[in-house]
Amino acid sequence: MELINKSALELHDLLDKKEITSREIVEAYIKRIEALEPKLNSFVTLTLEQALEDADKADEMIKNKTSTTFTGIPIAIKDNMCTYHVKTTCSSKMLQDFKPPYDATVIAKIKKAGMPILGKTNMDEFAMGSSTETSFFGPSKNPWDLERVPGGSSGGSAAAVAAKQAPLALGSDTGGSIRQPAALTGVVGLKPTYGLVSRYGLIAFASSLDQIGPFTRDVADSAALLNMLAGYDPKDTTSLPNKRSDYLQALGKEIRGLRVGLPREFFGEGLDKEVEKAVLKAIDALATEGAQIVEIDLPYSKKALAAYYLIATAEASSNLARLDGVRYGHRSENQKDSVTMFKHSRAEGFGPEVKRRIMLGTYALSAGFYDAYYLKALKVRTLIKNDFDAAFKKVDVIVTPTTPSVAFKFGEKVLDPLAMYLSDVYTTTANLAGIPAMSMPAGLTKEKLPIGVQIIAPALAEEIMLNTAYTLEKAIGTIGLPTLEV
Amino acid sequence: MPLEDYTIVIGLEVHAELMTKTKLFCSCSTSFGNEANSQVCPICLGLPGTLPVLNEKAVEFAVKAGSALNCEIANFSKFDRKNYFYPDLTKAYQISQYEMPICRYGQVEFFVNGVKKVVGINRVHMEEEAGKSVHSGATITDSEFSLEDYNRCGIPLIEIVSEPDMRSPEEARIYMETLRNILRYANVSDCKMEEGSLRCDANISLMPKGATKFGTRSEIKNMNSFKAVQKALEYEALRQAELLDAGKKVVQETRTWDDSAGITMSMRSKEEAHDYRYFPEPDLVPIVLTDEYIQNLKDSLPELPVAKLNRYLNELELPPYDAELITANKDLADYFEAVLEYYKDAKVVSNWLMGEFMRLINEQGLEIDQVKVKPKDLAAMFTLQDKGVISSKIAKTVFEDMFKTGKDPDAVVKEKGLVQISDVSEIENIVQDVIKNNPAPVSQYLEGKEKVLGFLVGQVMKFSHGKANPQMANEYLKKALDKLK
Ligand SMILES: [Zn+2]
Repeated sequence: MELINKSALELHDLLDKKEITSREIVEAYIKRIEALEPKLNSFVTLTLEQALEDADKADEMIKNKTSTTFTGIPIAIKDNMCTYHVKTTCSSKMLQDFKPPYDATVIAKIKKAGMPILGKTNMDEFAMGSSTETSFFGPSKNPWDLERVPGGSSGGSAAAVAAKQAPLALGSDTGGSIRQPAALTGVVGLKPTYGLVSRYGLIAFASSLDQIGPFTRDVADSAALLNMLAGYDPKDTTSLPNKRSDYLQALGKEIRGLRVGLPREFFGEGLDKEVEKAVLKAIDALATEGAQIVEIDLPYSKKALAAYYLIATAEASSNLARLDGVRYGHRSENQKDSVTMFKHSRAEGFGPEVKRRIMLGTYALSAGFYDAYYLKALKVRTLIKNDFDAAFKKVDVIVTPTTPSVAFKFGEKVLDPLAMYLSDVYTTTANLAGIPAMSMPAGLTKEKLPIGVQIIAPALAEEIMLNTAYTLEKAIGTIGLPTLEV
Repeated sequence: MPLEDYTIVIGLEVHAELMTKTKLFCSCSTSFGNEANSQVCPICLGLPGTLPVLNEKAVEFAVKAGSALNCEIANFSKFDRKNYFYPDLTKAYQISQYEMPICRYGQVEFFVNGVKKVVGINRVHMEEEAGKSVHSGATITDSEFSLEDYNRCGIPLIEIVSEPDMRSPEEARIYMETLRNILRYANVSDCKMEEGSLRCDANISLMPKGATKFGTRSEIKNMNSFKAVQKALEYEALRQAELLDAGKKVVQETRTWDDSAGITMSMRSKEEAHDYRYFPEPDLVPIVLTDEYIQNLKDSLPELPVAKLNRYLNELELPPYDAELITANKDLADYFEAVLEYYKDAKVVSNWLMGEFMRLINEQGLEIDQVKVKPKDLAAMFTLQDKGVISSKIAKTVFEDMFKTGKDPDAVVKEKGLVQISDVSEIENIVQDVIKNNPAPVSQYLEGKEKVLGFLVGQVMKFSHGKANPQMANEYLKKALDKLK
C-alpha cells in the first residue's frame, strides 16, 4: 500500500480502521521528502523529528478515541505562518533566524487536531511574487517540469502537495497566491471568504486582502480541511462571527439548475488558447450536469490589477515597516545611529521585489498622491464589489480560468515585473471583493502542464463553490499527479 | 510694537493616558514604574503576525472624556495608521484616529482672573502610546547606545485638540489645569504631568490687534509642567514679537522648550516634517456605538467641576473664592465632601481647608491623597470645638498633630492634655493670679482704659498654656476687675 498516494480522507479511513498508524504515514512522507527535496526545494525548514513525535501522540489519540478527522495526518505549512519556536522566515533574509514565541491560530488548531507538521514551505519573499523566484532560499521547482516555476507566492506548498511530499498544505492568498500555484501544479487550492479563517499569526502582506487556505489533491480534502480552519477567532477582530458550516456534507448534491456565470472580461486578450479550451470544456461539463450557463459582465475587473497593486503595496509598506532591526530580524553591522540602523538593516534584509513594492506603496500613501492613488484604488475596490453583487443576483457561481497561461520557465518573467503581475489578472478580483474562490485542475496541455479552472462564489458561499468543484471533478476526472523519478 | 499690540493665538494638543488596567490592544498591564519590558507581549511588541484587539474599556473612557468635554460622540468612528520609524514604536506605525475620531466639537469653560473663558474642542481621538528610549549618555547625540522599554507601548491615550481659542499663555495654562481637573473628575485619567500621563504640544502665532488672519505659527513641544506651558508660551510670544518688529518672518517649525535655559529652540522645519502617510487600519473593524450606549455612559459621569462649583455657590453658599479653589482640585473637593458627611457646616469645613489644611499641605509639598488626617477625624475635631472641649487656638495645635501622625483628635487631646479649661473655679484662680502679677495694666483698666482688657485676657491664655476657655477668661476677668472698681 503506497500511503503517499492516498488522499487525506482516505488516510483518515485507514487510521480509523486501525489498518495503519500515523507514524507509518509520516515515515512514508519523510522518505519521499528526503528523496525529492534536493530537486524541488519545496521546504525552507523541515521539522521531521517533531513530526514523528507528533505522529506517536496522534496514534495515542486514535487509540484513546480522542481523535478527529485529521488526527495523525501530516501537513506542510507556508513559511509565513508563525510556529512556536520554529523558524518562520517568510523566505526572507530579514527573518531567516526568526523563531516566533507564539503559534498562529491555524497552527494551534492543527496541533490540537494532532496533525504532524512536516515543515515550513518555501514562498516568494514576504508573499510578494508569483513564482517563488523572489525567495531568499532559492526557488521551488514545479514537479511537472523542473525547468518551470510552481507559481507563487505559496509555490512551496503547492509543489509539496503536487509532488506527494505532503498530503495537505496551508497557503495564504493575497491576490492569487494559493490559486495561481494550485493551477500551475495541478492541485486544489482554496481562498476562503475574507474573515472566514483567522489571520492571527499570519505575517501580513496586505491585511485587508490576506486569507489562509488549504492546498489538497482533491476537492473533498479541501472541504474537510476548511471545516477545521474556519471559525471566528477573538484574536482577529476582522474574522467573521459566522455560523459553522459543514463543507464536506455539502458535497455531492445535484447541481441541476445551478446558474454558472461566464464573465466575458476573463476570456479575452492574453488568455492562452489551450487554457481557454480546457476551461470552456469544464464549463460544458457543468452544463452537462444540469448547470445553466449565463454570460455576465464584470466591467471593473479590468481595473482590478491596478487597484490591487496599489492597495496591497500600500498596506505592505506599513506592515513591513516593523522590520527595522531593533527588536528581531536582520540588523546591519553598518550603523551609526538609529536612522542608519533602520536604513542599512532594511537595505540588506529585503530583496529587490519587496523593496520595489514597499516603495510603490509608500509612494501611493504619500501626501499629495494619496487621493490620486490609494483613495482611487479603494473606490475601484468598491466598484468591483458592486460588480460582483450585481453578478451574483444573476448567477450562483462564476467560472473563469485561474491564470492566463500555464507554468512558465524560470527567469522568463522575473526581470519583467509587469509581466509577472499579469499572472494575477484573474485572481485579484476575489481578494478585492473579499469573496471565496478556488482553483482546481481542468486538464493538461499537450506539453503535460496543468491547467487550472477558477470557481468564484458570493461571500460565505463556500458550500456552493465546493459542491460545484466536486461535481466538476467527478465529471472531468483528475489529471493525476506528476510522475517524478525518485 | 510692544507685545500688547499683538493678539496671541494659541491652540493646544493635549495627550492624556487613560486609566484602563490593560493596554489598548492587548491584555498587558498598564501600571507605572515596573521593571523595563516586564509588561509586554507579542502584540504590543508588534511581532510579525500579531493583530490588535480593541480594549472596550478604553472606548468607554474616551466616550466619557468626550462627554465631560461637551463633545458630540460619533456613532461610527475608525482607526488609522500613522506611519513613522522610531525605535520606541514597535510596529513603526501608531494606531490612531485620523479621519473619523470618536469625539468632536466640544467646549471647556474656565475663569481667568474672574472672567469666564470658553475654549472650543475640535476633536478627541484615541491612540496608543509608544515605548520609551533610555539613552546611555546625557543626550541622544552623545550616547553610545540606547535601550528601549516597551512597558508603556500600547497604553491607551486620548488626544484632545483645542480650537485656536486661547489668547494668552496664562489662559493656556489654566485651560490645561481645567482639562486635568475635568478628566480626573470623569475618572478616566490620573493626569500626572510628572509621570507623563498628561502632556501637551502648543501652536502659537501672533497677529496685530484687530487683524483676523492668523500669523505663521510655531509648534512648541516638551513642556512638562503647567508652569512650563505658561513660561514657554510667554517666551515664544516675545520671540515672535521681536521677529515681527524687526520686519522678519516667523518660520513655521517645531520648537522644543528647554526648561532650565528658559528658551525654545528649533527642532525641525516644516520641510523636515514627517509625512505620516495615514491610511485606514485594516486590522481593526470600525467602532460602532449606539445612542443608548453613549447615553448610558453620559449618565454614569460623576458631577463635573462646573456643576459642582454651582452647587457649592448656590446650595452650600460658599464664597466664590473658596468654591473655585476647592472644585479646582478634585481630590480636595472629594475630601471636602467626605468631611461634610460627618459635619454639616460647610463654611466651617471650607474655612479650615482653605486655611490650616492648605497651609500645611503647601508647607510640606504634599498632595491631597497623601494627607494622613481622615475626613471623619477632621469632622470630629470640629465637634470637639463646638462642644467647647478645645478652643479654636488649641484646635490648630491638635490639627497639626493629627496632620503629622494621623491620630484622631480625641487621642491627641488626651495625650497632650489639651482639654480646654472650662472649670469656673480654676479659671477664677488663674484670673486672680493674672491680676496679682499685672498691677500696672490692672490700674490702667480701672482708670477707664478698657482696651487693656485684651492684653489681660491674653495673659490668662498664656498662663493657662492656651487651655483656658477664651469666652470664660473674658467673662471672669471682667467680673473680677469690676469688683475692684
Ligand atoms: Zn502586550
